[in-house]
Amino acid sequence: MAQGVWTIAEEREGEIRKVTYEIVSEGRRLADAAGQELTVVLLGSNIKDKAAELGHYGADKVLVADDAKLAPYTTDAYVSVITELVKANDPAILLISASVQGKDLSARLSGSLDVGMAQDCTAFAIEDGNLVATRPIYAGKAYANVTFENSWPQMATARPKLMDISEPDTSRSAEIVDATFSLDESVLKTKVVEVLKDESGKIDLTEADKIVSGGRGMKGPENYNILEELADLIGATVGASRSAVDAGWRPHSDQVGQTGKVVSPNLYVACGISGAIQHLAGMSTSKVIVAINKDEDAPIFQKADYGVVADLFDVVPALTEEVKKYL
Amino acid sequence: MKELRIIVCAKEIPDPEAPLSDVSVDAEKMEVIVDAPQVISPFDENALEAALRITEDMDSKITVLSMGKKVSDTVLRKTLAAGADELILLEDEAFEKLDSHSIASVLAEAIKKIGEYDLVLTGRQAGDWDSGQVGLLLGEMLALPCISLAREITIEDGNVMVKKSIPEGYELVKARMPALVTVSNEVGELRYISRTKMLKMMRGARSIPSWNREDFFSAPEELLKMGIFELSSPPDMGRDCQILEGATPDEQAGKLAAVFKALR
Repeated sequence: MAQGVWTIAEEREGEIRKVTYEIVSEGRRLADAAGQELTVVLLGSNIKDKAAELGHYGADKVLVADDAKLAPYTTDAYVSVITELVKANDPAILLISASVQGKDLSARLSGSLDVGMAQDCTAFAIEDGNLVATRPIYAGKAYANVTFENSWPQMATARPKLMDISEPDTSRSAEIVDATFSLDESVLKTKVVEVLKDESGKIDLTEADKIVSGGRGMKGPENYNILEELADLIGATVGASRSAVDAGWRPHSDQVGQTGKVVSPNLYVACGISGAIQHLAGMSTSKVIVAINKDEDAPIFQKADYGVVADLFDVVPALTEEVKKYL
Repeated sequence: MKELRIIVCAKEIPDPEAPLSDVSVDAEKMEVIVDAPQVISPFDENALEAALRITEDMDSKITVLSMGKKVSDTVLRKTLAAGADELILLEDEAFEKLDSHSIASVLAEAIKKIGEYDLVLTGRQAGDWDSGQVGLLLGEMLALPCISLAREITIEDGNVMVKKSIPEGYELVKARMPALVTVSNEVGELRYISRTKMLKMMRGARSIPSWNREDFFSAPEELLKMGIFELSSPPDMGRDCQILEGATPDEQAGKLAAVFKALR
């Protein structure tokens, strides 16, 4: 019988990424609810010294898969190793972050393990020992609670930034185990030829703590500098609505919404965005939402915690000046 | 080089832009009812656009596959108007209420029936359930190299070269064809189709082949891995908006700055 809750750690350039702590904390809560142990699988190259910290967030065991072929992340290598480890250990639940990397990994894994998977979930529960996953569907216009039909492990991904990170407990320690696996070159069917990093140092929208977004009300691409200036000051990433992207003002990678990126930052500032349904589907799980719009009837105000009814070209520069005062 | 054959999988869904008021949930029947026109899932349109760009100066054939209980050929004919060479509908009563695995298995069987192909393209996810699984599962089932989140696709000497979006920028990933690639919105929207072209295709006498389960596959329902436990309307996501009043924009900005400061 399948036993235990497993989560997969995410590393980049030798560092554990924050989404890992979210998923480990949530994994701990589910393991407690199910009365099971929590194992975190950590894959990478020379990564073992990062394992102990995962214990502080609730891991009972850290399974370390260390191999030069596991860094940087490639889907092929990760899928091969995790599939082998899961088949050998038979966990009951497998939880992964619905980060950019996690969505890619989980979909492929569900294929190689031949199990069902619930993607981008916003909540989890254990009922009668089984995982019930809640996920928004139809752009958040309906919610589904899904279950797994004789499919083990029960596999799901969690929307980034929604799961609370537990306070680390340094008195906790995890058992650290070297994983045994074969990683045959023949499974590596794709090859990364080069990596082109965005040199601006901009944090991806899906992982940003704060986002300042501009919509049609920005009137043109040249005006985004006022958002950039505010964003730089408060440590935010600049996003855009679909109409701004469609108009060619901002790149597609900046698009927030169901057909762009789904985000849940701690602070989302919507400037000149009316609040089309597909935009709201992409940001309504943000912790605090601020809307700045001239039109007091704009639907965005119904989803906002704070609203400023004014011309953004007056308010945003003034806000930047005010923020400078307290920094 | 011989003719490049691309298969694009396209799903028909209710318009994702439909307002909340047009969507209701029948919890008893476990159905989401959307009172909105049917459209092609936006990411699948991105995939078709990627296919059209690849084949712009190449001897090629683009086949669009669409699957459902009943697929509307008037919605899908748009793909032909945009430049696809062939459209095949996969229709069967048994295709209702399937999950990602069973859908991917039906598509895999249909693709095997088509036979020869170099590249299979899908949207990165469907615009209704947003699962993002079918494409990659299909790749696993067909044992193809898979690359997700393409923002640009080119072909070089029998290899597919994909600019794959990653959080810090993009990776250039190479795979030997045949391969499967899932396409992201960064590719851009499906090209403009003139009204004349669209009308011609809609009214055209061209018959669209439709295959059902007997033609290629037996029992997708046996492959179900997921069940729906409960469907509900969304929790009220409305918030109590506090309007920051002020006689001047500076005053409003000052109040907002105080909110920002408190959030630090």
